[in-house]
Amino acid sequence: MNVAAATLRAGLGGVNVGTLTQVGYLARRSITRTVRQPILIIPSLVFPLFLLAVNSSGLEAATLLPGFPTDSYLTFALGLTFMQGALFATMGAGQSIAGDIQHGFFNRLQLTPLRGPALIAGQLAGVTLQGLIQGGAYLIIALAFGAHLEAGPAGVPVLFALSALVGVAFGSLGLAIGLRTGNGEAVQGVFPLMFVLLFLSSGALPRDLIENDWFQFVATINPVSYLIEGFRSLFVTGWDGEALALAFGVALAVLAFGMWAATAALRGRMERT
Amino acid sequence: MNPFTTRFGRAARSIAWRQLRVMVSKPALILPSVIFPLFFFAAFAGGLSAVSEAPNFDYPNYTTFQYVFVLMQSAIFGGVFTGFAIASDFELGFARRMLLATHSRSALIGGYAMAALARALLVWVVVTVVALATGAEIAGSVGDLLEILVIAVMLNFAATLFASGMAMRFRTLQAAPLIQLPAFLIIMTAPVYVPRDLIEGWVATVATVNPMTATLEAARNLIIGAPAETLLALGVAAGLIAVTINWARTGLRRAEAAG
Repeated sequence: MNVAAATLRAGLGGVNVGTLTQVGYLARRSITRTVRQPILIIPSLVFPLFLLAVNSSGLEAATLLPGFPTDSYLTFALGLTFMQGALFATMGAGQSIAGDIQHGFFNRLQLTPLRGPALIAGQLAGVTLQGLIQGGAYLIIALAFGAHLEAGPAGVPVLFALSALVGVAFGSLGLAIGLRTGNGEAVQGVFPLMFVLLFLSSGALPRDLIENDWFQFVATINPVSYLIEGFRSLFVTGWDGEALALAFGVALAVLAFGMWAATAALRGRMERT
Repeated sequence: MNPFTTRFGRAARSIAWRQLRVMVSKPALILPSVIFPLFFFAAFAGGLSAVSEAPNFDYPNYTTFQYVFVLMQSAIFGGVFTGFAIASDFELGFARRMLLATHSRSALIGGYAMAALARALLVWVVVTVVALATGAEIAGSVGDLLEILVIAVMLNFAATLFASGMAMRFRTLQAAPLIQLPAFLIIMTAPVYVPRDLIEGWVATVATVNPMTATLEAARNLIIGAPAETLLALGVAAGLIAVTINWARTGLRRAEAAG
């Protein structure tokens, strides 16, 4: 597809239509690239599912603790799985844009009348698709192995909406890092930090069952805990308005920060090149 | 005869010395191997200690339980990180020059193994200090602790041999996931969070035949002063070395053949 020509054509149109068209072309490219490169999706499917399988077997004994909210650790651990998938989106989005910069595609885009917001929104389309594919796979496999969705069928669209939103939110962070550094290795270097956020959270045990005060404190101030608890509430509790509101709220806050950071990084990169 | 004065010994010592100097001059290379075990220790011992209150969890101290796991994990990952260093040396051409310069080429593996052990010893000291400061208890005798050290050193050596074999076959850092993945699988399918009796499902079956289980369980028994099945653990570790030494040797032949 000739994105440059397309964006030029779009640039000749009205402001709103033009931006939407530009987003459409870049979104199609982003989605096509995601679909054509299974290597981008497979690790984000396999690793979280492997960890889910290991944790649900290894920590099943935790369900015997007084106050544990469910008798199935598999069901409980799904929140962590969805969150882990979203963190892979960060890497995916960051590496995609870093690849575009390293291979010169980004420079060619700058010769066209492409608008910054269109670039960011278009790049995130592939991440959204990745989030939806991951969410579907996690859900189907977990249900097949005996997990239950307490919220029922009506919870599925909410689960997908939260999955896509969290994926886009963390994807925008990845995009910001990719635009800022323009280097795939630098994006990979952020992965350990993501790993820390994931493990120092309420992902393995409910916060009120964490015994160590310092860990409970870290898990409480860690925003990832609230995202995990939002996913988990649909599986374990059913409809928990507070958990869902906190999860959507945190995801929107991360998205707002990510978009601000990505826009600033894009502006800086355009000035530099 | 002093083994360090033989041709093999001198070459191995030079390679190990170079590796250690690289590690000291580039802290970014040593930091991950120190930080990752500490992070796992914090995440597991700190976040999951309530699991020790589950019925039939018959181990006296969860921090000690996780300390032993992190000790064995860092033994294996010490070898894995050394595999990365070997792959990097091949990518940059240094290892090829060493192959040409060394009379006894297996000294290459010996040197990297010595560096891997030094790296692991540093990590064990740091992890032990942190574990003791955060509530780990050691009830075993000096002899028991020495046996744990022997098991850990043997695991480290086996992991280094495995990683060397992989690195010398692929001779590129792009093979890093292939070196890391088997280590990750063998570690995570052992009794990580709870004793083997409390594991359920397929992991329970895998843990039974996983060689890491025998070494982990023996070390956990030794540290609380209740040695059990130590010989089995030593035998399993020796078996791993026997298999991986052949793997490393054939890897070296492949690297030699590739020129």
